[in-house]
Order: sequence, then C-alpha cells, then structure tokens
Amino acid sequence: MDNQIIFAGFGGQGILSMGRFIAHAGLHEGKHVSWLPSYGPEMRGGTANCNVIVSDEEVGSPIISEATALVVMNQPSLEKFEANVAPGGVIVLDSDLVPVRPARTDVRVFAIPATKMAYEMGNATFAGVILLGKLIQETGVVKFESFEAALRGILKPKKHYLIPEEMKALKAGADF
Amino acid sequence: MGEKILMKGNEVIAEAALRAGCRHYFGYPITPQTEVAHYMARKMEEIGGTFVQAESEVAAINMVYGAASAGVRAMTSSSSPGISLKQEGISYAAGAELPIVVIDIVRAGPGLGGILPAQCDYFQMVKGGGHGDYHNIVLAPQGVQEMYELVVDAFNLADKYRNPVVVMGDGYMGQMMEAVEFRDVEKIERPEKPWAACGSEMKREHNTITSIYIDPDVLEAHVNHMNEKYKVIEQNESRVDVQNCDGADVIVAAYGTCARVTKNVIKDAAKLGIKVGLIRPITLWPFPKQAFEKYATTPRGFLTVEMSMGQMIEDVRLALNGKNTVEFYGRTGGNVPAQKAILEKVIKIARGEGGND
Repeated sequence: MDNQIIFAGFGGQGILSMGRFIAHAGLHEGKHVSWLPSYGPEMRGGTANCNVIVSDEEVGSPIISEATALVVMNQPSLEKFEANVAPGGVIVLDSDLVPVRPARTDVRVFAIPATKMAYEMGNATFAGVILLGKLIQETGVVKFESFEAALRGILKPKKHYLIPEEMKALKAGADF
Repeated sequence: MGEKILMKGNEVIAEAALRAGCRHYFGYPITPQTEVAHYMARKMEEIGGTFVQAESEVAAINMVYGAASAGVRAMTSSSSPGISLKQEGISYAAGAELPIVVIDIVRAGPGLGGILPAQCDYFQMVKGGGHGDYHNIVLAPQGVQEMYELVVDAFNLADKYRNPVVVMGDGYMGQMMEAVEFRDVEKIERPEKPWAACGSEMKREHNTITSIYIDPDVLEAHVNHMNEKYKVIEQNESRVDVQNCDGADVIVAAYGTCARVTKNVIKDAAKLGIKVGLIRPITLWPFPKQAFEKYATTPRGFLTVEMSMGQMIEDVRLALNGKNTVEFYGRTGGNVPAQKAILEKVIKIARGEGGND
C-alpha cells in the first residue's frame, strides 16, 4: 500500500505538524516514510503544505505527482492541489474554512466542520486532528493506536496530558 | 542497530558531524540549511564543543581553516551564495592540505537567486570554484539515511587524504524528513595528526600549515604531490549506485532529488515495456567513470537529469567519450524535474526519437 498525501492550508494551522504526525505514525508501524515541507517563498505567501508518503516499499520520489489523499484547511489550497489528486482519491476538508467544494466528481470528498467541532471540544487547535481522524478512517494510512504512539513520540512530556483529548478529537473526526 | 527516528536532513547533518567527533562548527545562517546551525548551537553548548556564528561566511571558513590546522575535526555549512564566499578559504585549505568538511545545501542561482532547491553548484564544487589546481572530494546524498553516512564518511575521507570534503545536497535534502538510523558508528576513524599545529611543547620542530610556496619549483612539486594524491582518490574512492542498467533501453544519470524522481520513472516506464536504468553518482568527484564506461554502448541512449541547465552532463559525456548519445532534461530556478516530463523524454529516447531541444 502506497499512501501519498498532501496537507495544505495557512501557516500556523499546524499543517506541517499534521503531516509529521502521520509520517511518525507510519514509521512506528515499520513503514517507509518521507515528509517534504514547503519552505521559503510559498510559506511567506501565508500558505503551508507538505508531501507525506507512507509506503510498504522504499520511497522513490518524495515529491508527490499524484496524491492518494489531500487534506485542506483553506480555499486557495484546495484550488491549488485539487487537480493533483488521483481518480478515486480522497479529499478531506474543513468545511468551516473551505466554503467552495471541489469540482472533481471522480474523488471521494469529506467535508467536516472541524473548526466548529474543535471549538465545541474547547480547544481550537484540535481542528487538524479531527481532519486526520477522517483521513485515517477513509485511507487506513496508519492505525489509530500508531497515531497515539506518534503523539507520545513527538509531544513534549509536559504536553502528554493532552493526548487523551487529542485521541477523542481524532475519533470524533473519524466518526463524523 | 539502533532505532529509526524521523529527522530533517539538516539536523542529521549536524548529528552525524557530532557523532563523527566534530566539536568545532563555524557558520553563518542562510536558507535552506540554517537548521544545521540551530542544531549545532544547541548541542555544542550541551557537550562543551565550540559553536560560533561568525560575522560572515568568509570568517566562518577561515575559522574552520584554523581549527583544522590545530588537528581537530571542523565543519562549516552554507548554501550556494554563502559557498561562493567560502571558495577562497576552500582553495587555501586544499593548498594547505587541511582536512575540512563543508556542507552545501544548494539553492537556485546565480546571484542571490532564490531559496528553493537546485543543483546548480555542481561546477563550483566539483570543478574548483576557488583558484588553483585542486579538487574537493564531493559527496551527494539521495536521502536522509545516506546523508548521515556520507557526513561521517566526509570526516574520515578528509582526515585520510588531508583534503577538503564537500557534502552537497539540493535544498530538499536538507528540508526533508525521513527515517534515519545512526548505525555503523564503529566506522568512525580518528587518525593521528602529527602534522597539526597544536603546540610542540618544545619537544619537536614546530609544524607549519601554509599554502604559500614562492619558489616555482617548490610549488610545482607541491602541486604534483597533491595530484598524486588525487590519482589515489580517483582510484579508491569513487562511489556509484547502479540500478536496473543491464539490458536497459535508456540509462538516466542523476543524483540527489533527481535520482529519487528517476526511481519512480523506472517503475512508470516498466509499465510501458521500457527498461530504464539509473546511474547515480554518490561521489561527484571522483566521478564514477567506470560505471558509464561499462554501460556505454548498451542502451539506446543516455539522459542526464539535473536541477540546473546542465552541469554534470559534461562529466557524463567525458565518461562516455562519444560512445553514445547523451541528452539532457533539467529544471532550474527552484523547480524540480517532474516525473511525467522525465518519462516523456525517456520514451522518446527509447523510440529513437530523441534529440535535445
């Protein structure tokens, strides 16, 4: 199985971290992974994206030419990357931040009010994790427990108290 | 065998240097390699090494010259415009036969250019850059694991041959995260340095580190001596990754990120019944000529893929010595050759419809 996922949104939404969590979880499962961030002029334009590959085989190019999934947290990112999704691929978007839906009809689209849900859960930063829940649910890129392991590996110990809440947000996204 | 951890190429460069025993780092920030300095600043403080953010790239390379003269493992890192500034110091280090390690995480040029990835420093690192008859040993990783191994090797090779060693990666090699396992630490070699200017304690003649030889015959003898050393390096140290070349219709020559993209092209082409081989030089100098000589006449043609307007292609052509055609596909300015574009070019060559635009 070869998962090629593009994460995109505004700088500050945690886009690069979302990709990192998935890559880390993939590595936890013994998969081959790569994480390639946008940097420089793209970032300074206010948008951020990263290419994450989680594969059973050695990763060739870390640059994604045809994505199996796209996770987007703003309108410009959807417009920029929609065409990169392979037919039959998955688009997960935050419907609170992406008002116009994808034009593609040959992909599976999951529109989730992640920002609103995160606020209701009392932590606005959970929006990304909610979207990741749906991504994991629909693509099976990693297991939910591997994601928890990734959180433990990446978050500083003083932030570990957040992990049960993060996992709750992840499940809420998956079940939406 | 340790565990695999997810790290950025730039951080791995710094960690590899520390594991290789480098305790002296001198640098000046520049995108896309600044994380090397970040990591060094943090770790050198912890382990009692020396980290200096120099006032300029010129200062940094001369600090490396000084530290290496005293016999310690020393490194600097930069990106293309910063490397241009270091070239004088690299030439001096080559002339003084100093083991120094220079990291170049290449961005698009010329001039201030852009900060996105490129491979257009091939000429300046492989063909000189600084003045005089000298060579850098130039290592080109294709990913984060190899970055670790080549940075460790860089220190070993620098000491073994008393020569500057460059590890050159495009911006993506520095920015990308992949799994790395810090293995084979036993291969870290620490030779004695009886030549070092580290204090004679009045027990021996003092050592002199210099690159100035005013007498032409003395200088010529020195340059000849260096040249003999280069012959040994060419004989012993060229490295190459050859994939799928036996019976290939087309052989692609590429390094770094371009080699990674080509690996996908090999799979795409196979679905169309076209066999694509890859010759990936790991040492850009010494250039792995033997691999090209071996397959010179077997494919329908060669294709060199670079993130430049065509620099390594000159060495590919020299290695093939007219025995086959060599075409070129490159992108520059911070763009990366797309998988589909390389595939199209490969198909044309395989069908005998090639020809450079």
